[in-house]
Amino acid sequence: MRRAQIFLSFLILTKKKNMNEVVNSLKLMPINYYIAFCSILFVIGVIGVLIKRNAIVIFMSIELMLNSINLLLAAFSVYHNNPAGQILVIFIMVVAAAEVAAGLAILVATFRNTHSIDVNLLNQLKG
Amino acid sequence: MEKYIFFGLSGLAIFAAIMVLVSRKPIHSLLYLILCFFAIAGHYLMLNAQFLAVVHIIVYAGAIMVLFLFTLMLLNLNINAELTKSRIAQIVAVTSGGLLLLTLVAVLRGFGTEAQLQSTSQIGIARNIGQVLFSQYMFPFEAASLLFLTAMVGAVMMVKSEKEK
Repeated sequence: MRRAQIFLSFLILTKKKNMNEVVNSLKLMPINYYIAFCSILFVIGVIGVLIKRNAIVIFMSIELMLNSINLLLAAFSVYHNNPAGQILVIFIMVVAAAEVAAGLAILVATFRNTHSIDVNLLNQLKG
Repeated sequence: MEKYIFFGLSGLAIFAAIMVLVSRKPIHSLLYLILCFFAIAGHYLMLNAQFLAVVHIIVYAGAIMVLFLFTLMLLNLNINAELTKSRIAQIVAVTSGGLLLLTLVAVLRGFGTEAQLQSTSQIGIARNIGQVLFSQYMFPFEAASLLFLTAMVGAVMMVKSEKEK
């Protein structure tokens, strides 16, 4: 019965004309849910940086952290009805793209020298 | 209705994020990361931040992930699996991560109380974002293009091989 209700409401949602109506018909979840979800994603990224030695996977974990922050910024911006948060998300995306480009270039350059992407080998600056 | 969508997307994103860390081959981590990004894009749509959702898919799934994929495939890095730290370091990392989660949730939990709930917020659609971006935030927007140019020149400089110089 309950499942049939969910299915029916989904059908009603898909019957609507355009995307705007579908999204507008959804109510917002409490902000605490977004805080919990984004904190979990952020912590998964932190753990990834701590336990991995593969430099590319460390980069992916950093992307995960940036994305969780982006989502939380967007959520707060919507709840406070203030567009500054979403503008900041766009700039974070810009900086993340630049960071990935430069970081992967560094990775390729170090791979040419050491023939590995193990970050434990990159300790030549240690005094 | 929105509850099911929210929990479904959240579960998908968290599952994909954990699989990024668990999978042994980097290319599998990458594919799970793309899945996680699509779930986050669904979250943006739920918040009625339509412009952000589209930009997120274009920039992350379209540009950054392709960059990762090219690096993985060009360097042929998929062969050396399982580059993780020792068991004791993993346990310490997960414990400290859990403590960080506890702290984050405890600190951030009080921030949501004064935010008023409104069902439809129109600030996320492209017209309103564009109006704010090109009036109030014009200078940072231009500075971002300079940053891109610098990053591009730097990346080309760094990967250029020594023989060509």
